[in-house]
Amino acid sequence: MSDQPKPPVIDNPWRVLRQYTDARIGLGRAGISLPTSEMLEFQLAHARARDAVHFPLDVEPLLAELTALEDKHLTGLPMRLHSQSEDRFTYLQRPDLGRKLSEASRNEVAAAADDAGEAFDLALVVVDGLSSSAVQNNAVPFIRAFLADLEREPVDLKLAPITVVEQGRVAIGDEIGGALNARAVAVLIGERPGLSSPDSLGVYLTWNPRPGLNDADRNCISNVRPAGLRFESASQRLLYLVREAFRLKLSGVGLKDRTEEAAVVDASSDNKNFLTN
Amino acid sequence: MQHTYSYTLGPRTWQFRDLADLMAKATPARSGDRLAGVMAASAEERVIAQMCLAEVPLKTFLSEALVPYEDDEITRLILDTHDADAFAPVSHLTVGDFRNWLLGDAASSEMLTRIRPGLTPEMVAAVSKIMRNQDLILVARKCRVETAFRDTIGLSGHLSTRLQPNHPTDDMTGIAASILDGLLYGNGDAVIGINPATDNVAQATKLMRMMDEVIRKYEIPTQSCVLTHVTNTLEAIEQGAPVDLVFQSIGGTEATNRSFGFGLSTLKEARDAALGLKRGTVGQNVMYFETGQGSSLSADAHHGLDQQTCEARAYAVARAFDPLLVNTVVGFIGPEYLFDGKEIIRAGLEDHFCGKLMGVPMGCDICYTNHAEADQNDMDNLLTLLGVAGCTFIMGIPGSDDIMLNYQTTSFHDALYARRALDLRPAPEFEAWLETMGVFDDVRRHEPSAGVPGLFGPSLKGLTGGGAA
Repeated sequence: MSDQPKPPVIDNPWRVLRQYTDARIGLGRAGISLPTSEMLEFQLAHARARDAVHFPLDVEPLLAELTALEDKHLTGLPMRLHSQSEDRFTYLQRPDLGRKLSEASRNEVAAAADDAGEAFDLALVVVDGLSSSAVQNNAVPFIRAFLADLEREPVDLKLAPITVVEQGRVAIGDEIGGALNARAVAVLIGERPGLSSPDSLGVYLTWNPRPGLNDADRNCISNVRPAGLRFESASQRLLYLVREAFRLKLSGVGLKDRTEEAAVVDASSDNKNFLTN
Repeated sequence: MQHTYSYTLGPRTWQFRDLADLMAKATPARSGDRLAGVMAASAEERVIAQMCLAEVPLKTFLSEALVPYEDDEITRLILDTHDADAFAPVSHLTVGDFRNWLLGDAASSEMLTRIRPGLTPEMVAAVSKIMRNQDLILVARKCRVETAFRDTIGLSGHLSTRLQPNHPTDDMTGIAASILDGLLYGNGDAVIGINPATDNVAQATKLMRMMDEVIRKYEIPTQSCVLTHVTNTLEAIEQGAPVDLVFQSIGGTEATNRSFGFGLSTLKEARDAALGLKRGTVGQNVMYFETGQGSSLSADAHHGLDQQTCEARAYAVARAFDPLLVNTVVGFIGPEYLFDGKEIIRAGLEDHFCGKLMGVPMGCDICYTNHAEADQNDMDNLLTLLGVAGCTFIMGIPGSDDIMLNYQTTSFHDALYARRALDLRPAPEFEAWLETMGVFDDVRRHEPSAGVPGLFGPSLKGLTGGGAA
């Protein structure tokens, strides 16, 4: 065997395991380096992710879909809002501006709160974040699943009008939720795109939203998308967090996500895998 | 205690409000300091600030706290644990003299170890601001920081890796596939560490048990860690979970850590609990910390300091708890803090230098996000520079792509590149395992086995119908 010259690319027989994961395993090697084909595959994925960051959210069709939901829990029509970041370039360099509503949007939210005249239980805030495709593809199906779950709840939750925010960060939900007199806010936001997951939606729940809160005050459900955490599972998890937040009157590190212990989700509790079985 | 600083050059006198202002303006340019509004207004002002800072005696940092003593438990930790005897050999120096001293031959590895307890993070941050990249590399290379749990990390001429088998749904088969890939590429001697997709105690415990079984079955001289909140790990320990290392993200001000939901007493409690399990075999360093420039500003808890000084203060937190590993996740936070490849590379070298000079087992997550102006070539550059600087460990992930956290870090292949190009070896116990188990054909040439090592054959066979082995 050692007399034969080695092939320039050595394949990894465990590459077959890629049927179980999107991770770039079993790439093989040229010497100890990436083979040409794998190196170029990576470059292509990175180029696409770069393009995705800079592609804007198409707001009007999204508003139309949200308007069409017509659920009894929803109050009022969806609203289109904008942060103080005027464009993507500013957005990337100045996250502080992405956490605040523009003056026009602030007035619009205040007017909606006045019209409603009473407090809401929960505000759903849809924010473009760093991946417009996450929001474009996954926000409405997630909300639909969540509304269906609410239908089965014994207590009726009153939802604020849904808001859609351009050039926004997670914390902008605190200002919106507070201005709408919502007891809690759930922010649905495009997460930073990965090479293999350009469309991950993140969901952040905050109890008693108001400006000045930080990450320790929120609970996060990450990677909501068909190829990640499925809408139904994510919705049940959010519902669990909402129930707990209302019971404990808090969110964040003081609210532990025990959905798995409560057997609400699908994942089995054992740790079976081929390495140890 | 605070007073203004001024520097006269020719007809012009430059004023700096206080020591924090002087430090911030002396810092090489980066977007996070621009965002905070603390950076120099011009390139000239930056160099003038550096000239002024070079004249500041090191002693000044003991009397002028950058974050008030009364308000911040980290300032109290820094000043209350300062060792005047250890400080003595350099106590007469200015910041500028200190740079010369560090580069000189009197600053041997032994001497650098001796003065450590006398150095505060602010002194170390200050001198780093007037050092070029090559200075940061040369001095860091002289620092010796060794730690141990089931293998020995940080020996001279060695480069370890954290095997990071993250999966977007914590799928056990997916995680196992990435662990196998990494092990067969000689990665994982620093730790097998998972960022859980779902952050709760039950999930963390499940992942801990899974990794514990893998490590025991294949007798791998390494340790596991689930990167969940310290309070979750404490609960897991109370429930009897097999915890090797306690993880926590840490920052350099009390307010930053409060925003992360913990304080120094929490870390002490968790460390004591992990030590009580006595799971280490060759050592008992049980903590794994992650840091990164910009976290204090991100939490609105930076007290007007520049982000690199805040970062160095986080290492004072780390060293108080004898960690096995400290990892600066340099490019993860995004372009609003480190805009492009140039800023990420500079920050990575600064963090590594400051950590090592303070005696922290410093590794680096050499990484970038898709919204930063950076690419693989920038990471190759930083990896090579840190390899030369004697970096303790880097990340290892399949094909550089973290499919859970959505960013790019160094790959299993990258680790072999650095080891081969710079003649660095994995931890000795782990290297022996690679050789004994036939995982590598030639450990000195960093050459993996061409096929599947016999040890793993049976596991793969069941899964692939026998074709794999």
